[in-house]
Amino acid sequence: MIWLIIPIIVLVLLTIGAAIFAVVTKNLLYAVVSTGVISLGLSLFFFILQAPDVALTEAAIGVALTTIIFIITIRNTTQYEGDHKENKIEKGAKS
Amino acid sequence: MNQLLTISFYGTSVALILIGLYAVLAKKNLLKIVIGLSIIDGGLHLLFVSIGYISKGTAPIFSPEVVGTNAVMVDPVPQALVLTAIVIGFAVTAVALSLVIRLYRHHNTVSIDEIKNLKW
Amino acid sequence: MIKKVLVILLLAVIGFYLVDLLAQIPFGEKRDNVGDYYLQESVQSLKVANAVTGIVVNFRGFDTLGEVTVLFLAAMGLSSIMYRKKKKGDKDVRAKKPSSRILQVGVQIIFPMVVILGAYVFIHGHLTPGGGFQGGAIIATASLLMLITYRKFKVNHNTISWIESIAGVVFATLGIIGLIKGMSFLENFLPTGELNALLSGGIIAIIYVSVGFKVAAELTGVIDTVLLNNKPDSNNENN
Repeated sequence: MIWLIIPIIVLVLLTIGAAIFAVVTKNLLYAVVSTGVISLGLSLFFFILQAPDVALTEAAIGVALTTIIFIITIRNTTQYEGDHKENKIEKGAKS
Repeated sequence: MNQLLTISFYGTSVALILIGLYAVLAKKNLLKIVIGLSIIDGGLHLLFVSIGYISKGTAPIFSPEVVGTNAVMVDPVPQALVLTAIVIGFAVTAVALSLVIRLYRHHNTVSIDEIKNLKW
Repeated sequence: MIKKVLVILLLAVIGFYLVDLLAQIPFGEKRDNVGDYYLQESVQSLKVANAVTGIVVNFRGFDTLGEVTVLFLAAMGLSSIMYRKKKKGDKDVRAKKPSSRILQVGVQIIFPMVVILGAYVFIHGHLTPGGGFQGGAIIATASLLMLITYRKFKVNHNTISWIESIAGVVFATLGIIGLIKGMSFLENFLPTGELNALLSGGIIAIIYVSVGFKVAAELTGVIDTVLLNNKPDSNNENN
């Protein structure tokens, strides 16, 4: 496993960077897509750790189904966090 | 080199757990809290599978090339436990989000500060 | 402001203790002999090629029954929370314009392939990596693709209920047959073939096929419930 050093470092930076971005940003759509990227990074980690069943399950459930349920929740509620002029305009004229 | 691998696998899972805990404790938007729960789940699963790894081991599947030889295989028990945990984590997230939609329809806001202050 | 400082202090304490604990666990060493026993038994007495499948369905099969129950409860709870009768002022939630031409033609080509991939994954669950839960999630993703592209695509909830119930009853019945024959619950009573054949492993293949059907039907029902619930008008919110 010694020749996998550079991909492992890139994966660690990608996963932790996506996690920090998902918590800090104010646009909820960006946060949800970042959660999908975290699941993708975890699936690649499971592949490096020689666990193919777990990698398949995480990729099928974490990337596709969790993201779609989050996006449908955003569609039924607000899109921006806190006070934002987009939220108030959306309340008046729901399309 | 073993130190570097140890730090990268264990360190990523501890960092994910701490970031998810911060999102659950210190954020005011309900959707951010549910995202934090999902991140904590991911960190825990990575911790489980990386504890069960054996050096120079291969995947625990007896394909026709591997049957006769005495190859070293990784531990299959934590993988079976994590398989169940991923599906249950998705079920909990789905039910929590349906509760968020109902709360929004009733109070017309998703901030827990205002929901706690509203009178019945 | 004071709340954030307190939270960061608490996280520092938790992080310190976690790192202190994990530094004593060396990475990549053998911990105990339970995994060796399962690997040995999976080749000699059970003759199933995928050791993780053997553990999930046969050695620890009762936990899989509990997991299937939890999924069923979650699907039931979700559809009962979001249930709303159709009132007069409800808006239509489908899109107003048809989707683009590329999407329609592409989905016509991709949808059968994804369904066949999902069926392959849960039928060969005891030979290659895969199984019931993975195959069911793949088929649910395929039905989500159809729901997004075509506006007239409907999912019949009656059919989904019947498929789900019959698959669950098959799982429980296979366990009870083990009890009737005098052995324990969920005991393997069919003859195990040879390693790496399609008909090996006794009742493991049948259980995984029924779990695959059940999970596919459940997740399709969940996605359909969440995608197509009626939006109330902005004036009347107390429903």
